[in-house]
Amino acid sequence: MSVLEVLRFALRGILANKMRSVLTILGIVIGVAAVILLTAMGNGAQSTIQSSIFSLGTDTLTITGKQPEGKDAPPAQPLTQQDVTALSDRTGTPDVSSVSPVTSGQANAARGTTTYHLQQVVGSTPSYFDANSAKVAAGAVFSEDDVAEARKVVVLGSTVAEKLFGQPAQAPGQQVLIDNLPFTVAGVLQRKGSGGIQTADDLAVAPLTTIQDTITGHDKLNQVLVKANSSNAVSAAQSEVSAILDDRHHITDPAKADYQVTNPQQLLSTINTTLDAFTTLLASIAGISLLVGGIGITNIMLVTVAERTREIGLRKALGARKGAILGQFLAESTVLSLLGGGIGVLLGFLGSQIRIGQLQPAVSVDSVILAVGVSVLIGLFFGSYPANRAASLRPIEALRHE
Amino acid sequence: MRSGRKARAAEADTVTIPAVSAVTPVIEVRGLRKVYGSGPTAVHALRGVDLSVTQGSYVAIMGASGSGKSTLLNVLGCLDTPSAGRYRLDGIDVRQFNENQLALVRNRKIGFVFQSFHLLARASALSNVELPLVYAGLRGARRRRRALAALELVGLSDRAGHRPNELSGGQQQRVAIARALVTGPAMLLADEPTGNLDSTSSDEVLTILDRLHDAGKTIVLITHETDVAARAQRTVHLLDGTIQ
Repeated sequence: MSVLEVLRFALRGILANKMRSVLTILGIVIGVAAVILLTAMGNGAQSTIQSSIFSLGTDTLTITGKQPEGKDAPPAQPLTQQDVTALSDRTGTPDVSSVSPVTSGQANAARGTTTYHLQQVVGSTPSYFDANSAKVAAGAVFSEDDVAEARKVVVLGSTVAEKLFGQPAQAPGQQVLIDNLPFTVAGVLQRKGSGGIQTADDLAVAPLTTIQDTITGHDKLNQVLVKANSSNAVSAAQSEVSAILDDRHHITDPAKADYQVTNPQQLLSTINTTLDAFTTLLASIAGISLLVGGIGITNIMLVTVAERTREIGLRKALGARKGAILGQFLAESTVLSLLGGGIGVLLGFLGSQIRIGQLQPAVSVDSVILAVGVSVLIGLFFGSYPANRAASLRPIEALRHE
Repeated sequence: MRSGRKARAAEADTVTIPAVSAVTPVIEVRGLRKVYGSGPTAVHALRGVDLSVTQGSYVAIMGASGSGKSTLLNVLGCLDTPSAGRYRLDGIDVRQFNENQLALVRNRKIGFVFQSFHLLARASALSNVELPLVYAGLRGARRRRRALAALELVGLSDRAGHRPNELSGGQQQRVAIARALVTGPAMLLADEPTGNLDSTSSDEVLTILDRLHDAGKTIVLITHETDVAARAQRTVHLLDGTIQ
């Protein structure tokens, strides 16, 4: 008996009960589609978060102040301009390319009758833009001179520029009031897109000295951004920065540090690990529905074998070997589950075209191969018990079966 | 699945079937017993049957229901194994065969005709007749040609594409006979072949059996109708598992 012959018998058996076959494969369809869709959503979430982290720059360390833990801990020493000066000395930090002090607060912006509440007014130096991978779309960023002279110039994020000017390209050179002080717009930043809770486009950046004079005061810095020479030098830069700050802040126990260095690469790998675990969890839940679909196949194949007992007896009387009967019913269950797998892949593909908020599901080839492979195995595994039962029937009893 | 070539190779390995000669009986049964169950509830269906059927003969087995005639036919058709006794089919003792070899014997040596036809409802007459050839490993045009020839033999070559539900009872039984003949078996075993048929259809079927007998086929049939048995050369009466 050729493979083609076996498949022909199997298809004839499946088509004999179309409705039943459709209902049986539905379990596999749902299982496979769920596996593909859920892993696609996991992948989509991963790439969305990755790209937003990349857009913020992967070679920039963020230093923030924090209150050290423990009751008897000394009061935290804030990050200051002196820290920035010390970090900028290249002899201690050979792997650092730029150090940008950051102070930030909130303010109201106004132009004519249009007002806008700025969630984030940043005061920094020109290197801030490079450290944040921010590029100007129109105009230019402010200069070191502007910082030295504390000039009232501002670079607007694309969201702010749109709210205030409508056409961001027309903003440079115009005046805008920030907390009732007139600022000249120096430039407008390119749109970055928001990375989840981060609103990278909803901000205004002005010289550090200007913002300290007008909004935040001179006593402390909110952040210090440290850009490494390259993305390979991030870890080296981190330990250099920590050494200098530990010395300046008199930290002997790193656990009691009054500052925190955030490494985007570590963040990325942490997020990746978390999302991988999450995706695996989702896929295994979907896998359970595949299992349930497989049990459905066993169930319906048992019914089929019972119904066709006389046919099996006849085939045996006409000279079918045990293997031929086994093959016929195994082929039938495998074709069933493969059909289900195929339709499930199709549905999974279609489903993953739908965008959910920020999240664009991305179908991975692995999950398709896995799902189809598993559905074939399900057909073989869950079909083997009924098929074996059919093959082991004694011809005379099978023929007499009513 | 085995390909046809492999199946033929396996056949050469396991079953050596000597050429049929006029002196060797097709069926030779000695002291055949069949017991169902055990202990006090055991049913003795056959209690020592001796039977010899020579090449080309036409034997009718008669008996009341419960006389063991169906059991005898099942044993002769290698569908059932005897509890005791010897059965030589074409000179070969079938007790030595395993399950797969018995399947091969049923395929090549025996043609079955059942009372209720046992045709596959969803397959055409031609596909039904081809079925034993599928299990014999025959393919394509050769298989089709042989199946068509068998249908021709029962006068149904014009009905090859019809499904069983498009055929009359008599025609269905003739398709079943074609299926039984298609592998060129040593004998035809028929279990009440006319039991479900009206007299006209019965006559058609019996005429075909007569013709096959004239052409030299060995036929063993079970019946409880004397006019059917009258067509056979020889009638064997079974009573309580023994031949009278």
